[in-house]
Amino acid sequence: MKKSHIIGLVVIAAAIGIIIATAGDASSYVNFDQAYQMSTVGNKSSIHVVGELKKDLRGEITGLEKSPDNLSFSFLLIDENKKEQKVYYNEPMPPDFTRSEKVVVIGSYHGDTFVADKILLKCPSKYQEKKLNAKI
Amino acid sequence: MLHYFIGNLGHLFVITTFVTAVVTSFCYWKATITSDLSAHQKWIVNGRTGFLIHSAALLGIVASLFIIIFKHYFEYNYAYAHSSIHLPVHYIVSCFWNGQEGSFLLWMFWQAALGIVLMFTQRSWEAPVMTIFALVQAFLASMILGVVIPGLSINLGSSPFILLRDALADPIFKIQPDFIPKDGSGLNPLLQNYWMVIHPPTLFLGFALTLVPFSFCLAGLWQKKYTEWIKPALPWTLLAGAILGVGILMGGIWAYETLSFGGYWNWDPVENAVYVPWLILIASLHTMITYKNSKTALKLSIILVISVFILILYSTFLTRSGILGDASVHSFTDLGLSGQLLVYLLFFTVAAIILAAIRWKEIPSSEKEISTYSREFWIFMGATTLCLMGFQVLIPTSIPVYNKILEIFGVHSTVAPPANQIAFYSKFQLWFAVAVALLSGTGQFFWWKKIDKEKLKHELLAPVLITLILFAMIVVVAQVTNPVYMALVFAGLYIIISNIKVLIGVWKVNPKLSGGAIAHISIGMMLIGIMFSSGYSKVVSLNNTGLLLNKEMGTEFNRDNLLLFINETRTMGGYDIEFLGERIEPRYKAGYVKRTEIEPTDDPFKVVANKDVIFKGKKLYSAKDTFEIYPENTFYEIQLRKGDKVAATLFPRIQINPSMGGILPSPDIARGITSDLYTHVSSSMNRESEPEWGNMEEVNVKIGQQFFVNDYVSVLEGVERITTIPGLPLSNDDVAVQAKIKIEGEHQTYYAEPIFLIKNKSEVGRIAYEIGELGVKITLLNIHPDTNEFSLGLSGRQKDWVIIKAMEKPYINLLWLGTGLLMVGFFVAMVRRFKEKA
Repeated sequence: MKKSHIIGLVVIAAAIGIIIATAGDASSYVNFDQAYQMSTVGNKSSIHVVGELKKDLRGEITGLEKSPDNLSFSFLLIDENKKEQKVYYNEPMPPDFTRSEKVVVIGSYHGDTFVADKILLKCPSKYQEKKLNAKI
Repeated sequence: MLHYFIGNLGHLFVITTFVTAVVTSFCYWKATITSDLSAHQKWIVNGRTGFLIHSAALLGIVASLFIIIFKHYFEYNYAYAHSSIHLPVHYIVSCFWNGQEGSFLLWMFWQAALGIVLMFTQRSWEAPVMTIFALVQAFLASMILGVVIPGLSINLGSSPFILLRDALADPIFKIQPDFIPKDGSGLNPLLQNYWMVIHPPTLFLGFALTLVPFSFCLAGLWQKKYTEWIKPALPWTLLAGAILGVGILMGGIWAYETLSFGGYWNWDPVENAVYVPWLILIASLHTMITYKNSKTALKLSIILVISVFILILYSTFLTRSGILGDASVHSFTDLGLSGQLLVYLLFFTVAAIILAAIRWKEIPSSEKEISTYSREFWIFMGATTLCLMGFQVLIPTSIPVYNKILEIFGVHSTVAPPANQIAFYSKFQLWFAVAVALLSGTGQFFWWKKIDKEKLKHELLAPVLITLILFAMIVVVAQVTNPVYMALVFAGLYIIISNIKVLIGVWKVNPKLSGGAIAHISIGMMLIGIMFSSGYSKVVSLNNTGLLLNKEMGTEFNRDNLLLFINETRTMGGYDIEFLGERIEPRYKAGYVKRTEIEPTDDPFKVVANKDVIFKGKKLYSAKDTFEIYPENTFYEIQLRKGDKVAATLFPRIQINPSMGGILPSPDIARGITSDLYTHVSSSMNRESEPEWGNMEEVNVKIGQQFFVNDYVSVLEGVERITTIPGLPLSNDDVAVQAKIKIEGEHQTYYAEPIFLIKNKSEVGRIAYEIGELGVKITLLNIHPDTNEFSLGLSGRQKDWVIIKAMEKPYINLLWLGTGLLMVGFFVAMVRRFKEKA
């Protein structure tokens, strides 16, 4: 066998290895029920849950609780199946949190509570203006 | 009055650039395929004219757009969406490429400039190379065309010259079609940084430069000049490597200084999208050099050069089509161009692959087996590792694309990118980096090609020994215990030491050949810099109290953030940290002004100083001066001390800009030689919501008597009658008295001056005085002439606070120094290759 063939095989093996490793480390988008099930069978890996903040009839966000020292907070998130879940986040509340339309929480269940390691916010007007709000 | 003319003119220029690009491409195509010499000359002249008109029209677009932004014509969407009246002039330039259309323009601008250079320097290559160049320009021009194809109602491109009323479906335009907003929504505050003035042009110059080797390569395949294209393409590839590399790193520096994620690289899809082509570009560079020296790796070079350009197009597609959606924090939204971008990507991918496939059999290739003891073998291995390195990033970054493709086939995929991107990519990239460093460190010794086992041992002995000694010293001194980091330090040192040896050898022969060695040394420095600054980044504000986050959970969490009340020192991570108050930035003078030293006016952009404003011993303004400020920005003065010595005074920023998505924090960095101190605000007081005052406490005091308010020692210094109150007319019968109360704060003395007045003989009014920083409000409630006492109402609230995160970033300067040196190396190599050609 020529040396270049050996190198070729090694490269192909490495490429396959990379693909398998990626598949193994890839997270997934799930809902809270699935996330809970995963944690009960001992799967502690971080997953993505997409949801919206809980709002009352007047459209105000409810269920937002800051810790007394403001260093962490929790909120109620409603996933795509309308399941409501309290989510804890061990970071101060991001300034534009209450303005976000959609929240992606990345984390896992610790017992009955969902702990987010990271949250991504989708703000309605971050890059594209929808309505004119200039002074007339 | 709407300024229609300038927009119509601009749009005409846009259409001109598109048409001329198509025509130029056609002329050069004709020139390429014709065998008649005089016809060839005619077509060349036509092509040149076309491309020059194209370039002139491009300048016309730039000028028109610039006038619209600079003159604040907010009837145009581009000016309204990306600029505002109060934007400083130097950022008007960044408005230009804030929008997608502008960044396409920038890209076209550079390609036009490069095209003109090639047109007049590449005699034999001009026709085929420019055919491809002009074709790419046509595709780019179509992105900003803004034309609706009649009958099909297909929108072709998004023009930067559309009017606001056409871009926004706001009801006001139905009532008042000529409505022009008074001000724009402003530039995204994150882009208001000097790096954002130079990072996009650099990056797009890098993008444009990758077209040069691609065009030469395709021209070579097309004209069956399979080997000749390498020579003219090589110096341009070196330039592309340098510019794209520095452009990427500028983005990193910008992120480090502006975004508050605590680093310079986040493995965000947008970052990965340019990192991968750069890696492949570097690989192609090495195989091209190999070909020039030993006539091997030609086919590999062709594949890599094509891949680089395709990857650039793919990255453009990823970041601009909106496909990344949830996966990325900062990609552009879809402008409706995703279809067009896909056509652009697929056209050049398919065309290049077909052309290469047709010619594949004819491409000469060397059948001889390469020896392990040849330079080519090591370069080849290095290039392969670089490709795998890029592949490892590309596969997960494309997860949203797989989901989209599956969706087309009706499969709902729930695969998400890895949850912790930084940890995921780092654990792979790190080992690839180690491999690349070891390969290129060793490969350099085969410079003279004739080297055998014995000679290699001899050559390697000294560098390996020196590396081991230095490695042991660093590991002991810096206490590197993590085996992964150890490997990185070793590999980094090895590439530095071995290349220093090579550099010395080469320098003696000809300093002009030293580019490669310099570039490799800098890679080693960057690796070590990255390892220390990221691996040993230490959270200074770490709060190891192990607080229970919640009783129900029973898990202990450490806090990376620190709550600071004004003027209260906290000790953390070996530093005394103190928050000294909120600061405002004047528009025309460098420095910061205390919020307590100014009074607002009716214009939010103007304030009046209530005392002499002194910053760092320099007087900025006198009392009563009116000056302009940036009202959106609030800075938080944070002092870090070690013992009695001030280690750093930092001014992290919060910018409030509702039209740009609310509140954005930016860090401040104290740069040191061995490490940086980095601080950003995680949360701050909301000044908009009414501060909660405690119940008012009433005290009766005489002049000169001490009392406490919110735990501060205060004294009533005097009460005097005043005749004028700003903003309140007084008649002769009205009585107004003002008390002067001295309050001893931690660092300075404050004066509260509440007013008590009797208007129209019977109406009693009280104007309370607030000292926001201390959380103190004092009201002069009553005057008791019989006892010479005064009743004061004292209210307190929570003092001003801020939550910060502070980090130490050791040896980050090695990374920046390495970056600078890398550019030197590229430059030396490039000069050599350009000269070689002449």
